[in-house]
Amino acid sequence: MQELSSGEQRVKIQGNNIRQVIDNLDAVYPGFKDRLVEDGRVKPNISVAIDGEITPLGMLEKVMEDSEVHFLPAISGG
Amino acid sequence: MPGKTYVQTTINGEQVDFLCEPRQSLLECLRDVIGLTGTKEGCNDGNCGACTVNMDGRVVTACLVLGVEAEGANIETIEGVADGSNLHPLQLAFLENAALQCGICTPGFIVSSKALLEQNPDPTEHEIRFWLANNLCRCTGYDKIVRAVQDAAKRLQEA
Amino acid sequence: MTTIDNESNVVLATNTDFKVVGTRPVRHDGTDKVTGRALYGADYDASGLLHGKILRSPHAHALIKSVNTSKAESLDGVKAVVTASDFPQVADKTVELGEDDTKLEWLRDNILASDKALYGGHAIAGVAAANPHIAEEALKLIEVEYEVLPAVLTTQEAMADNASILHKSLTTQELGEDTGVVSNVASHFQHVKGDVSKGFAEADIVKEREFNTTTVHQGYIEPHNGTAFWSADGRLHVWCSTQGSFVVRDSLADLLDLPVSMVRVTPMEIGGAFGGKIPIYVEPVAALLSKKTGAPVKIVMSRKETFEGSGPTSGSYMKIKIGAKKDGTITAAHAWMAMEAGAYPGSPVGAAAQCVFATYDLENALIDGYDVVVNKPKTAAYRAPGAPNAAFGTEQVINELAEELQMDPIEFRLKNVAVEGTRRPDGPTFRRIGAKEVLEAMRDHPHYQSKKQEGQGRGVAIGFWFNIGFDSACNIAVNSDGTVNLTEGSTDIGGSRTSIAMQAAEVLGIPAEDVRPSVVDTDTVGFTAVTGGSRTTFATGWAAYEAAQDVKQQCLERAASIWDVDVDGLQMEDGVISSTADSELRMTLKELASQLGSSGGGISGSASVNPGGVGGSFAGNIADVSVDSDTGKVTVERFTCVQDAGKAIHPSYVEGQMQGGSVQGIGWALNEEYFMGDDGNMNNSSLLDYRMPTALDLPMIDTVIVEVANPGHPFGVRGVGEANIVPPTPTLANAIYDATGKRMTELPMSPGAILAAE
Repeated sequence: MQELSSGEQRVKIQGNNIRQVIDNLDAVYPGFKDRLVEDGRVKPNISVAIDGEITPLGMLEKVMEDSEVHFLPAISGG
Repeated sequence: MPGKTYVQTTINGEQVDFLCEPRQSLLECLRDVIGLTGTKEGCNDGNCGACTVNMDGRVVTACLVLGVEAEGANIETIEGVADGSNLHPLQLAFLENAALQCGICTPGFIVSSKALLEQNPDPTEHEIRFWLANNLCRCTGYDKIVRAVQDAAKRLQEA
Repeated sequence: MTTIDNESNVVLATNTDFKVVGTRPVRHDGTDKVTGRALYGADYDASGLLHGKILRSPHAHALIKSVNTSKAESLDGVKAVVTASDFPQVADKTVELGEDDTKLEWLRDNILASDKALYGGHAIAGVAAANPHIAEEALKLIEVEYEVLPAVLTTQEAMADNASILHKSLTTQELGEDTGVVSNVASHFQHVKGDVSKGFAEADIVKEREFNTTTVHQGYIEPHNGTAFWSADGRLHVWCSTQGSFVVRDSLADLLDLPVSMVRVTPMEIGGAFGGKIPIYVEPVAALLSKKTGAPVKIVMSRKETFEGSGPTSGSYMKIKIGAKKDGTITAAHAWMAMEAGAYPGSPVGAAAQCVFATYDLENALIDGYDVVVNKPKTAAYRAPGAPNAAFGTEQVINELAEELQMDPIEFRLKNVAVEGTRRPDGPTFRRIGAKEVLEAMRDHPHYQSKKQEGQGRGVAIGFWFNIGFDSACNIAVNSDGTVNLTEGSTDIGGSRTSIAMQAAEVLGIPAEDVRPSVVDTDTVGFTAVTGGSRTTFATGWAAYEAAQDVKQQCLERAASIWDVDVDGLQMEDGVISSTADSELRMTLKELASQLGSSGGGISGSASVNPGGVGGSFAGNIADVSVDSDTGKVTVERFTCVQDAGKAIHPSYVEGQMQGGSVQGIGWALNEEYFMGDDGNMNNSSLLDYRMPTALDLPMIDTVIVEVANPGHPFGVRGVGEANIVPPTPTLANAIYDATGKRMTELPMSPGAILAAE
């Protein structure tokens, strides 16, 4: 997704939960919301990790000051 | 449809009779005609041992025996290993050594190992592995199965 | 602290404050399984049962011009025939398949092909008849007109210019954007950390290798099966061996355009899966046949069909390049990986990317992943999917660097090992992990400390799997004799119902034998995700823990009511309820249970969870091999597996997972492969020629369970099912190199390949 953020590997975004983070990310770098969201939820093939842990709550998960958020391909195991 | 043959045999010490088509294997007869589903199908061509039964003192893969060949034979399946509600030492050893995970290969291993211990009550590790080479297990890596057979051998000798 | 079962199986236990957790009770379902009474999918019977068989494409790639089923339908004993046209027409959507997702259209197309056969073995039609033999005869009477097309069987073939295209509608997603270019490359993604060009420039030595692996199968002994009954009231009931009853239910609902409430899935016992029984194959066909006939229809795959018509794992083509300074610090790493998805997109290349360099703390890393379709069965998960392929590459290059720097291979890994706080190249930062502890346990193990035998070679490697959480539900009811019934929805492939029962027993302070666990159907328990992803002991364990806490709280409240005291002063330890204020007040759970009816009624607790706090697992191997210089045959002389379990709930079954995964890895390394003929079909689709390890091929698999507790689980559990299949292939490659000087970069390292290698 680096091409959406004009080559930036890491970006700082405001927000109290993932929904707000994505909305604010999209405001600064248009295109992120389309990439991440479908039908009001994080796309099923994308996982959200906060401070290294995959969250099951998707859009609803709260983020703290200085939380690190990653969007990863969702995969699992055998 | 091909006509059926009437077969009389002994299974786990009981007289059993059934009808089968010539093309039906002993495995199919045990499972689908007689209703003894403990013997499993893994490959149907003799290469996995999941259908191992004891026929006239020999361990065979039931998928490679025809149902009609059971005529007059003495067959032991997994259902006949326990003595009523008393588990055989092999069965106890498998449980206590955690020698099964999914359990699908377990009936074949138990029937096969029982025959080994009847012929060779004190087998070496190599002898156990050699005897069981036609019983495939994909879950355990065989380690705990071999230990269970060694354990069962000890229990049977002490008995 | 060690509790040693025998010297070959060691548990480096870190928390022994438990009464039940960490012990080794006999599993609850054990007696049924050693007496042949346990019922697996193929054992299911019903009155009026019909038997189904499936016609499969003999061509790896072909247009299906026409399908004529009339002759088959008129065969005596045949009750119905179905093809793709019998599926209801549903709008396409993304469907969740339990762990990943795919397009409904592709799922449906894989189950019964519509306009194209995309691999040899692709299902074309289904027949239901009075017995399986008649059904098989009917297949021969179905007339299919094919127009054969060229097939592509490797990523290189599929990615070449002018390659034969599988899907005219598939365009490459390049770094998240649709290029609009029709190709066999479904997607290309990248993970970037730091700057690899700078990193490689700083390196004193750089090693780069290309690796090729081919298709292998999970190899479960029980073929796929399913019985479906579509009742006159519109309800569909399915009995099958599956890793996920709810996935079967939801997939059937999507495919057949039914509400999920009209579909009920009863999981039978399951004879092995390893990821291959997450997707569905025969159930929808059986359902369609049942709808047409009004009878229950059972379909059981043959072994050949299991190889050709289910979901093996990816072949792959990888380039791994790693640079390091003279002092052993890795400065940069680049992985370029193309993985076969089979006939429809969705290889595990994404997972491979998360694991390929996970063991190492890297300042600069670049990972390129390509998901490529080929004319082979659609891949399904196989125990840590993608990671074994990646490790086959990385762990050999790591060894080459160590060798050139004249550093011990374990010390080299320890110098660069990831720890809590290390950021992975794909982004997340590690929480508490046990990579270092696993490496140290390997280094200190008597196997590694022992002198190598004359003529043998020794190899080491380490691998990682991230593990997953996802949803689980659990209900617990107290019986009048003080035992409890526990119902859960995780199909039990390896003894998990006992590990789950043990966790509930620990909370309630009762013996494991006093918990009666049952795996129940989709009508009886809340949504539970698949038994896979190394999630079951962790997530369903959490559900059992929470349900047991619920029961415990209710017991305390009931005791408070019986004694007419405040519940706040009461506690329950070791199955005894007592008061901190009044030492006279004591009763066992058994005593309370006998009074439930007269004190207000039964007690039952429940929980539905979707836990975060998943902990990943590292697994490492040490292997000694001898290689016959005349035949090229590799004998595994000694093998040790070390794995971080966080907390081994039932150590025997953790050891079992370690041993089983190690042996699957050994088979993958030394013998297993899909041998594809010139016609694009698998030539060795039998257990004779698809050569899996037998008892005679192996030594004992010694184990060391390391326990670096996962803070995200009440007992510290990390899933263990998968990480252990990751290191064996590079471990054996490294051992073979040590024995022969030959660096094997292709799998399998079979006798012929070893002889041919330089």
